[in-house]
Amino acid sequence: MAEQLSGDLRLVGLTKSFEQFTAVQPTDLTISQGSFFALLGPSGCGKTTTLRMIAGLEDPSGGQILIGDKDITSTKAYQRNVNTVFQSYALFPHMTVLDNVAFGLKRRGDKDAKRKAEEALELVQLAEVGRKKPVQLSGGMQQRVALARAIVNRPDVLLLDEPLGALDLKLRRQMQIELKRIQSEVGITFVHVTHDQEEAMTMADTIAVMNGGRIEQLGDPATLYESPRSTFVANFLGQSNLLRATVTGEPGSDGTVVVRSHDTDLEVSRAHLPDGIREIFLGMRPEKLRLGTGGGPNQLKGTVSDVSFTGVATQYLVRMPWGRELTVVQQNDGSARAVVGENVTISWAAEHGFALDAHQDADAGVDTED
Amino acid sequence: MRWVKRHLLAFAALAVLFYMLIPNVVVAIFSFNKPRGRYNYQWTEFSTEAWQHPCGTPGICESLGLSLRIGITASFVATVLGTMVAFALGRHRFRGRAGTNLLVFMPMATPEVVMGSSLLTLFVMMGVPSGSEAILIAHIMFCLSFVVVAVKARVASLDPRLEEAAADLGANAVQTFLRVTLPLAAPGIAAGALLAFSLSFDDYIITNFNASPSSITFPMYVWGASTRGTPVQINVIGTIMFLIALVVVVGGQAYSSRRQKAA
Ligand SMILES: Nc1ncnc2c1ncn2[C@@H]1O[C@H](COP(=O)(O)OP(=O)(O)OP(=O)(O)O)[C@@H](O)[C@H]1O
Ligand SMILES: [Mg+2]
Repeated sequence: MAEQLSGDLRLVGLTKSFEQFTAVQPTDLTISQGSFFALLGPSGCGKTTTLRMIAGLEDPSGGQILIGDKDITSTKAYQRNVNTVFQSYALFPHMTVLDNVAFGLKRRGDKDAKRKAEEALELVQLAEVGRKKPVQLSGGMQQRVALARAIVNRPDVLLLDEPLGALDLKLRRQMQIELKRIQSEVGITFVHVTHDQEEAMTMADTIAVMNGGRIEQLGDPATLYESPRSTFVANFLGQSNLLRATVTGEPGSDGTVVVRSHDTDLEVSRAHLPDGIREIFLGMRPEKLRLGTGGGPNQLKGTVSDVSFTGVATQYLVRMPWGRELTVVQQNDGSARAVVGENVTISWAAEHGFALDAHQDADAGVDTED
Repeated sequence: MRWVKRHLLAFAALAVLFYMLIPNVVVAIFSFNKPRGRYNYQWTEFSTEAWQHPCGTPGICESLGLSLRIGITASFVATVLGTMVAFALGRHRFRGRAGTNLLVFMPMATPEVVMGSSLLTLFVMMGVPSGSEAILIAHIMFCLSFVVVAVKARVASLDPRLEEAAADLGANAVQTFLRVTLPLAAPGIAAGALLAFSLSFDDYIITNFNASPSSITFPMYVWGASTRGTPVQINVIGTIMFLIALVVVVGGQAYSSRRQKAA
């Protein structure tokens, strides 16, 4: 499975408009060779359109697509060494599974098409269904056939458009692991489109969060999660508690800055505070908050208004004096649990908070995932 | 009583089948008749004479041959043209698309007498002589509509993403059409072709308007014969046609259900 190095996939000012409506704003993006890249965003944000432009199924309104130094913008879909796993699988119903998988190889006149197709089916653990027709397979099996059909061509880039969308949760988890295994085995660049943030975080090396035709933020999963740069990313990628606050102090010697929120002084790491901004949202992930005073110097008092037990953890809603509820998630590690109506103190460390410019919608990206 | 209720559907189906098949059965039975006069309308005695000499009446096999030639040519040309029209209408937006749709529908809605007579007028005006060429042109024209309708329905149900998938996998436009689009549209095309053939083979009115004494098709022959007498050979050929149609339909059904089941 030796790969000749084809190079990174680069989008330069790539944009697409349908009549008046701009589905993809001018986008610059470099996806490095052999990486697992996830394009994450809510429905209608332009993920499929971006993918279709890379595949050559949609003509860009502007910009360029390059693989390595080769500009492929004006080449036809069938000339590109790029393959797609379609959201709907798009298996050819009149062909057997094996013929489906061998289709791409045969178009290239590969003499070894049949054997390679069989190998690809083995890779997705479907060696025994080669002679069946696609309709005779379950959704999960069809999905794997679609994957085998694309991967067998050893493309420079493999595009996956929500390939796991139709699967139930268990099969989905299984396929996520499978996909990751296959990707590291064949070493092809994967561009995986999804609107499931958990899926993106478990699978990808790099995630681009898209919103309204723009990439809001790009980074590895941990960075995106720990240091979101917009309320949209903070809310779309996991859950966030956002408090309005004003920067009051200058950076201290310990690298923290004091901000004031609802008459309480709170600390946030200097590194997590964007430059030149005074009005902020102070954000905290629910699992970084502690009930009690043990979590750190930042402390807020409130009343427990809801407790829900989720197995490994318990989720609390704690009502603040000014009415807003904060979400706190505590591991069920044997420590005492609070009850509804109890007055509690919430605490957290300065480095666990992040600050966002307050000139944006605090609820952007909330509940847009399904 | 319960037994009757439970089998009501079967009874109804059998009754309908009986009602539809009885003309064919009568035709088949009378193909073994040996009529005394010129008309084969009354059973007299059993004979296989007509089966041994199906061409035993002057002109009958010539007319059958002409009908088959016209039917095959007309349905072939109409299928090729109609398939192209259906793809154009089903796949592309262009100026005059709505008008084309209407024009394609017109021959099906126009009464045959009207179409036959106006075609004759047109041919006379343009100096096209009556005869088998004129008949062929007329048949291609009205068969075309039926092919377009049959193929268009199939094209509409085709998932365009399958063609995108083919392109994505490296198939150029021609390969995509031959390997993906055409096989998927084939049932519609085959249905259109069969329909076109049987319409052409069957047509009397339009044909009659545009025929010459040297271009007597089979339906014209049968009609003409019925005023002079009905040779038993008509029944023989009718029975054979019915059996061929039966084999084609049953065979087609069996083939498609086999394909569906094949693992
Ligand atoms: N052919 C088209 N004509 C007009 N508008 C289109 C077309 N294709 C897509 N759009 C619009 O572009 C926007 C982005 O669509 P796209 O399919 O890329 O979204 P997506 O991010 O893939 O969403 P989803 O998660 O629902 O698949 C949508 O608002 C859609 O309505
Ligand atoms: Mg999409």
